[in-house]
Amino acid sequence: MNARSTTTWIALLAAALLLPGCQPAGNQSGGEIVVGEYASLTGKEATFGISSHEGTLLAITELNAAGGLLGKKLRLQTEDTQSKAGESATVVNKLIARDGAIAILGEVASSRSLEAAPICQQAGIPMISPSSTNPKVTETGDFIFRVCFIDPFQGTVMANFARKTLKAKRVAIFTDVKSDYSKGLAKFFKEGFLKEAGYEIAVELDFNGGDKDFKAQLTAIKGAKPDAVFAPCYYTDAALICIQARQLALNVPFFGGDGWESDLLMKIGGESVEGHYFSTHYSPDADGGKGKEFVEAYKKAYNGKLPDAMAALGYDSAMILADAVKRGGSTEPQKLRAALADTQNYDAVTGRITINPSRDATKSAVILQVKDGKFKFIETITP
Amino acid sequence: MSQLLQQTINGLALGSIYALIALGYTMVYGVLRFINFAHSDVLMLGAFAAYFLTPRVEALLGPQSIPGAILVVVASAVICAGIGMLIELLAYRPLRNRPKLTVLITAIGVSLLIEYTCQHRHVLGAETRRFPTLFPSSDFHWQGLTINSNDIVVLSVTLFLLAGLWFVVQRTKTGTAMRAVAFNHHAAALMGININRVISFTFGLGSALAAVAGILYALKAPGIEPLMGVQPGIRAFIAAVLGGIGNLPGAALGGLVLGALETFAGGIPGVSNYRDGIAFAILILILMFRPAGLLGKLQPEKV
Repeated sequence: MNARSTTTWIALLAAALLLPGCQPAGNQSGGEIVVGEYASLTGKEATFGISSHEGTLLAITELNAAGGLLGKKLRLQTEDTQSKAGESATVVNKLIARDGAIAILGEVASSRSLEAAPICQQAGIPMISPSSTNPKVTETGDFIFRVCFIDPFQGTVMANFARKTLKAKRVAIFTDVKSDYSKGLAKFFKEGFLKEAGYEIAVELDFNGGDKDFKAQLTAIKGAKPDAVFAPCYYTDAALICIQARQLALNVPFFGGDGWESDLLMKIGGESVEGHYFSTHYSPDADGGKGKEFVEAYKKAYNGKLPDAMAALGYDSAMILADAVKRGGSTEPQKLRAALADTQNYDAVTGRITINPSRDATKSAVILQVKDGKFKFIETITP
Repeated sequence: MSQLLQQTINGLALGSIYALIALGYTMVYGVLRFINFAHSDVLMLGAFAAYFLTPRVEALLGPQSIPGAILVVVASAVICAGIGMLIELLAYRPLRNRPKLTVLITAIGVSLLIEYTCQHRHVLGAETRRFPTLFPSSDFHWQGLTINSNDIVVLSVTLFLLAGLWFVVQRTKTGTAMRAVAFNHHAAALMGININRVISFTFGLGSALAAVAGILYALKAPGIEPLMGVQPGIRAFIAAVLGGIGNLPGAALGGLVLGALETFAGGIPGVSNYRDGIAFAILILILMFRPAGLLGKLQPEKV
């Protein structure tokens, strides 16, 4: 290729890159309201991202079927973060600047929500995370909200569960040192569990997320003779841990947090995860709320697929936003923000939601058990 | 006491997997004097080959039969041998007369290419999948100790392949040619040795070993995904260096030592999170104080 044609190519390329930038920012005048969503539709946490997205999409479809908001139709503009670091910032900037989104919904993973939150805060656009539980997410600023509980609450719930339901006096903690989520939960669990006298931590051991061999740590845990083992980690690691614990005849209950909730836990773990417990945001079998209607609507929309907690939270994030638009009567960012912060006792799929002064949802958690290859509802724990 | 014994068993079981992977690294290094970083990805491809072959073989021979398992392992090894030869043909052969560093960097590139292509959702996808149970396994319990039958299989396969490789390299005509190429490939070519064929064979053999290791690794921890090879691959590389890279028994010894050290570290509260650090500290210490490894002989760099 000669120099001249290279120049032509560069010019063409530059033109191609600049073209989309020529569109006017903000599409509000088009008679529709744009809601931005960023989610991990591909990559490592795709299972979580897709569920959440499907819930959100169902909510938007239902809202439009009921006539939209403020006389306008809603349009959900979704961007994929590919479960990658760095991608959230790019796509959220685009959603705000180019698509003119009135609010941003996302993400599942706390690390990626933390990436996008400062951008939304700076632009003055409200962001609602469906299921990021790390406390730091909403600490970013007054435009950042969430519809799920946070890790200190989840850790305390599991501590109460271990004491009251499992009647465990000695608990071993097995933490994934690579994950903030796991370390946070382990810390809050420990604080909650040791609050009452007569309870002790048998042993604390660590692993690196993605490890495949846990026998060294599990042998040491077995040697410490705990009544139960708390393993706050994600489902793949949890399944392998349970398999190897069974092999070592470490036959005590294992329990974890919402990172356990995936069909893959049973697919990989099989028999070995039977009887173990975890806490999560929602169960289709729990009483009250709009649970039953939501399950029916979701099954109808997605070929009989049963919604998980991520789907329910994705749905709730969109519904809380719609509720705030209705109450505030405006999509103007400041008014929308104020209306969101005012949310009181909203009857959501995942329980009654009140947004507290730190912009987190105050709501209940549920405990599930793996039973016959399915998740069985055990109890609801209110704050 | 029983905990110490149990940790020794765990360590040997883990170490023999590392040893098996390290054999492939060290053999390719022995002939070509270069680290094939794509080895750990061929390992992953071996596990996936078995994942896709198993349902078909089971339809033929019934579920969890020993002949079926052997058939799956052999077929996956053959597939991976083909992949290994293809990688060599496309990526390394054009660089045969370039500096060693070029080939090394290309190897890292090939490794990343395989990992990220496989993660695409239209190829394999990033999701973890359950690896099928190829043959029935059971746990033997004795005085509070547990030994899994799979671990015994892994250890015997490693020893068997070590002996087999030693035989191939030391006692066969192809092995003699491999050693000749390792010694001086210009001189070997002048003696009438078809260098391309020997190198291709070495890659095929190394990749077949990787496939076997991948399947045994997947049996131990039955969740497979495109990045599953990275972590054991690095450990095996360290094991190969520890034992003396290029030295077959050294690779096996290095693997066992590393597995045992990691396991003992993993069982101590407060130290367990430094498990990876220990592996890398060993690499640094070995390179500083005994660069030829435990069983290797130091030879001056050929210019």
